[in-house]
Amino acid sequence: MKYAFYPGCSLEVNAAAYDVSVRAVARVLGVELVELDDWNCCGATEYFSQDELTACAVIARNLALVEPSMNQLTAPCAACFLNLKKVDRLMAEHPDLGGKINEALAAGGLHYDPGRVRVRHLLEVIHTDVGEEAIKAKVVRPLTGLRVAPYYGCQVVRPYKDVDDPEYPVKMDELFRWLGAEVVDYPVKSHCCGGHMTQISEPEAFELIRRLLQSALEYDTDVIACLCPMCQLNMDAYQSRVNGMFNTSFHIPVLYFTQLLGLALGVPEKDLGFGKEIVSAGPVIHAKLAAC
Amino acid sequence: MSSTTRARKREWVDEVIAETPNGHRLRHCIQCGTCGGSCPNGAEMDYTPRAVFNLIVAGQKDKVLSSNTMWQCVSCYFCTARCPHQIPITDIMYTLKRMAIREGYGRTSDAPALAKAFTHYVDKYGRSFEMGLASRYHLLNRPLAAMKMGGMGFNMFKRGRMALTPSRIRQIDQLQAIIRKARQLGGAS
Repeated sequence: MKYAFYPGCSLEVNAAAYDVSVRAVARVLGVELVELDDWNCCGATEYFSQDELTACAVIARNLALVEPSMNQLTAPCAACFLNLKKVDRLMAEHPDLGGKINEALAAGGLHYDPGRVRVRHLLEVIHTDVGEEAIKAKVVRPLTGLRVAPYYGCQVVRPYKDVDDPEYPVKMDELFRWLGAEVVDYPVKSHCCGGHMTQISEPEAFELIRRLLQSALEYDTDVIACLCPMCQLNMDAYQSRVNGMFNTSFHIPVLYFTQLLGLALGVPEKDLGFGKEIVSAGPVIHAKLAAC
Repeated sequence: MSSTTRARKREWVDEVIAETPNGHRLRHCIQCGTCGGSCPNGAEMDYTPRAVFNLIVAGQKDKVLSSNTMWQCVSCYFCTARCPHQIPITDIMYTLKRMAIREGYGRTSDAPALAKAFTHYVDKYGRSFEMGLASRYHLLNRPLAAMKMGGMGFNMFKRGRMALTPSRIRQIDQLQAIIRKARQLGGAS
């Protein structure tokens, strides 16, 4: 299994734990990730707020950089994934816009034919392409007893509805069941973490984060597993400030799903970016998994 | 040519539709309110999307562009996924953000400044740059909030989650040529 790999800016620094754990689990699962050479930022939600055509062209450069020998591109970040997928779809459905995007790409000597690259989120690659049988066969340290709340957020499951159910996604739930974890039926698993709102207006942003943490607490969650750097940052790095605003005492570790997958596959913790989270996951992981 | 068949004057709603892929669906809004009811920030909005669509059709440009509605949109796409008439609501919110910035509205929110600072680094380095954003956006626009974020920034830095220097792509000239061409084609400056 070979995929072009678009890490995205967050994975370089703030989501470095996602980066190392993605690469580690890919090696164990036999997924070959070929990093896109000289990829550029997807513009997140910010570029679309300013200039649609330029936003699309900036994103399309990455699609155009996928080597002709490859036809699948995977991204671990929800926002990067959606932007890449959206531009491919927009170009296919709106030839006028597609033509202009290609005219812009031509200024850099590039071209992209919509549909040439299939954009996949990393969760699809692991859950669907690698699949249950191969994953179960490689579990050496089951996550028995660990209560994991799978959190999907928004942009992997919406607006396009072909990755998973847009309201009640289940792929990460299934994955954690294969790993032996106790999966929390997390009611807010596809609700919003506030995205960039933490940077704009804290009362609104912190209320959205509070709802996610409160629900996790009510369901006796040991750890929240997420698949997006923004979600992780908001729930983890802002957790103490959310506590300050609402007089709460949340202390819930938030990890990338690949860190927990890596543990189950027997990858040493030090190779999975543990310890980079602000709310430390070490104590609960060691307490719950000590017997294994 | 009959003198009674005059070309309909291009209205604001036509501009919103023209700037939004599949924007024509806007005319199919049945005012059901599923959008506002699905929105995590609906309660904070001056007008929920349903009301905004009515105002757009009614040509109430000033009211819409000076409202906080689009700046409260966090692009979660719940409204878009649930709309029974397939209106690309989130994309219409992007269109309204662009129009508001272009026409000098949008001073009611820090969102335009964030978008501007963010894209500045993409254009310059080809990658986003969080430390740069922190100084360029937070210190300039909201110094008080920046101070509160200082402790968090330090925690991130300690754990190797914040870099002091930007990452850059090799072929920045190529990216910038693409950006220049796109701006020219889009009629933006």
